[in-house]
Amino acid sequence: MAGILFAVLFYAAALILAGGLGFRIRDYLRTPAPLRIPTTPAPTTGGGVVLRMAREVIFFESLFKGSLWTWAFGWLFHASLAFVLMRHLRYFTQPVWFWVDAVQAFGVYAGLAMVMGLCGLWARRFLVDRVRYISTLSDHLMLALLILIAVSGLSMKFLDHADVIGVKAFFLGLMQLDPQPLPMNPLLYLHLSLVAALMIIFPFSKLLHAPGVFFSPSRNQPDNPREHRHIAPWAEKLESEA
Amino acid sequence: MAANVTAPPFRVIPIIPAILPGAMEGLKPFVASDKIQEALGFPGELVEDWHDRAIAKMGELLTKYRSLKVYLDACVHCGACSDKCHYFLGTRDPKNMPVARQDLMRSVYRRYFTLPGKFFPKLVGARNLTREVLDEWYSYFHQCSECRRCSVFCPYGIDTAEITMAAREILDSVGYGQKYSNEIIGKVHKIGNNLGLPGPALEDTLAGLEEDVKEASGSDVRFPLDVKGAQVLLITPSADFFAEPHIDSLIGYAKVFHAAGISWTLSSMASEAGNFGLFIGNYEQMRKVALRIRQAALELGVKRIVVGECGHAWRVAYSFWNTLTGIGDGASDPFALQLQRQLDHRYRQPSHICELTWDLIERKAITLDPDANDHLVVTFHDSCNVARGSRMGEMPGGQFEIPRAIIRASANHYVEMQDATTREKTFCCGGGGGLLTDDLMDLRVKGALPRMEALKEVVDRDGVNFMATICAICKTQFSKVMPYYGYNMRMVGGVHQLVSNAIRLGD
Ligand code: HEM
Ligand code: HEM
Ligand code: SF4
Ligand code: SF4
Repeated sequence: MAGILFAVLFYAAALILAGGLGFRIRDYLRTPAPLRIPTTPAPTTGGGVVLRMAREVIFFESLFKGSLWTWAFGWLFHASLAFVLMRHLRYFTQPVWFWVDAVQAFGVYAGLAMVMGLCGLWARRFLVDRVRYISTLSDHLMLALLILIAVSGLSMKFLDHADVIGVKAFFLGLMQLDPQPLPMNPLLYLHLSLVAALMIIFPFSKLLHAPGVFFSPSRNQPDNPREHRHIAPWAEKLESEA
Repeated sequence: MAANVTAPPFRVIPIIPAILPGAMEGLKPFVASDKIQEALGFPGELVEDWHDRAIAKMGELLTKYRSLKVYLDACVHCGACSDKCHYFLGTRDPKNMPVARQDLMRSVYRRYFTLPGKFFPKLVGARNLTREVLDEWYSYFHQCSECRRCSVFCPYGIDTAEITMAAREILDSVGYGQKYSNEIIGKVHKIGNNLGLPGPALEDTLAGLEEDVKEASGSDVRFPLDVKGAQVLLITPSADFFAEPHIDSLIGYAKVFHAAGISWTLSSMASEAGNFGLFIGNYEQMRKVALRIRQAALELGVKRIVVGECGHAWRVAYSFWNTLTGIGDGASDPFALQLQRQLDHRYRQPSHICELTWDLIERKAITLDPDANDHLVVTFHDSCNVARGSRMGEMPGGQFEIPRAIIRASANHYVEMQDATTREKTFCCGGGGGLLTDDLMDLRVKGALPRMEALKEVVDRDGVNFMATICAICKTQFSKVMPYYGYNMRMVGGVHQLVSNAIRLGD
């Protein structure tokens, strides 16, 4: 019974996540950037832009300049999240890729580090008057949601072991459109429900920062306006009118 | 000095002030009259259906500007930008934190353009566009100088200037424009410059300048106007023609051309480098202002277009002219090619006057005597639009190195202000972005605080007595607000003012 419910839930969540993100990204792609507005000094070539973007995405370079505390907690959270997600790939691959095997050992540490990072970020929302001022209810709930996901995941490790073989069979089944039973475990149910909620919220919330960073004109444009003429289609029309 | 305005006390520099909600609430620059508005094709006064029109305009902008759309979506409220704005540091009003300024618009965006805002407004901080909200926009989007400092530190490069420009564009479209900026744009369309200085007056001024320079230096330095066939067309802010200390830089440019033997001209039709179309975020206005320069270049048949000391003008020239008018390189369409075929592409088009001067210094085509500036201990204030919205030379960061190199070649005593306040981290002077108006004096004085603190350090430590800059707005703003902080207004001046003192005219 729970298996069927979760199967439906995850199909729906996956659809909303993929559809919502696809829609948003298509929107970003279709909206022109009529003027060159890279924040200078900026790289002058496409290759330079790729490097700049890589530094932003991997190291949070600008945030590092902006606020050391936020950077430390934020980077800890995201790096651990990346590890956790890579580790989770074992539920979706058969045979498990060798590098997914290789990161298994970091699982618990990454989970703990993720919680620490999130708590640090949350603390700022109470302790720093400026950040408290800008925080909305949804900012708090987002952090609470992620912490709950991580804590429920960790509890399956420390408190009440989930039958990970069964979990894997369930998700492989979902991927082959051949639903399998889901092992009975309240923590697992909690973990999975929250994950589905996260997937559904993703394309409608500030989590759009993940695709958004790649579309930010102040970061993804090369600084070459004198060498090349850039013009948006709607702006070109002004020229033919004149 | 306005009697009711006082400078805030200096802080110990790294300390971030505690927020003071409501500190600048209700501050409101003069609203444009119907005459001013209508001259630009905007409604004369707040239209009846302003709500619907504003939302429609916002929807339109969201399809025209990727920046706006991505920036409104992507902010995670991390707060990295929250202590980066000079207006926040100077006023402590939390709505002057860049993220909070964006949120004034983001809250409305969420309400009308996103599902969570439609269904759960409280949860995501979404709100209706009420008259109070519109007034709040008018107030706080005129407390942003569009300096882009916040965008340097944001992990997604969110540029509050883009949001401010969109907000002003929306306000204009419903008949709620700002007097200062819109009046000036009207003057450019009508007369050709921000000051409304007509051609004959300009001619007189330039003739007077030739006499003054002859008297002071003994050389026949010319200030040509509307000379067909000149090699260089110089586009400079109109303040250079008569305001102090701007005029000293104009003399500097003229001496450089004279000493290097370059034929040049000013244009009475395009007697303004400034382009306030940028400040109000209106592409059409910005384009229309810039087109005068294209037209002047075509009519005068010049080979090079050079821009004088003006920060936002250089951003528009460097980053946008090619797009707006075809002044640049690399085009393949007939509109742009018409001009680009005429220009000499051995030079960068357009060039900054500092690029031109530095090139001459490097080639030893002009000689400078730095001893001439020995009475000065110089520091350099990077202007925001030059620093974060443009470049000079080939390398990224040339906009920092080239003016400094010219200063070092022109003066023996040079010191830097604190790193956290220079180059791409520079603070706006406090008067940029269409805020250089007396009705915002209180804001201007407070907004200058971070720069004044950094200046104080080098004044106290190194005896700095001259702050060079390459922006007409910076020069006007500082000469006006420095007295509030106890400094002489003549402490600020142009880089080419130093060049003017040091250059050997050789005749
Ligand atoms: C391309 C991938 C991503 C990049 C470059 C990125 C970058 C960032 C940065 C720089 C911040 C601001 C600093 C901070 O508060 O941590 C941030 C915040 C945040 N990110 Fe990401 N992120 C990415 C993907 C994700 C994903 C997949 C999630 C979701 C599960 C996520 C969740 C969050 C949350 C919740 C915050 C706000 C933290 C707070 O409230 O302070 N990010 N992200
Ligand atoms: C459908 C997707 C997911 C499934 C099937 C799943 C399942 C599981 C299971 C079975 C465990 C227990 C691991 C063990 O006992 O060894 C676990 C742990 C964990 N999960 Fe998930 N999870 C999913 C998505 C997520 C997401 C999106 C996050 C983070 C935002 C997350 C965060 C964690 C953490 C931090 C742990 C503990 C550390 C670890 O074992 O790696 N999970 N998850
Ligand atoms: S652009 Fe400049 S003035 Fe505007 S919010 Fe950002 S830092 Fe402040
Ligand atoms: S730094 Fe960028 S993401 Fe962070 S609060 Fe400011 S605008 Fe938002």
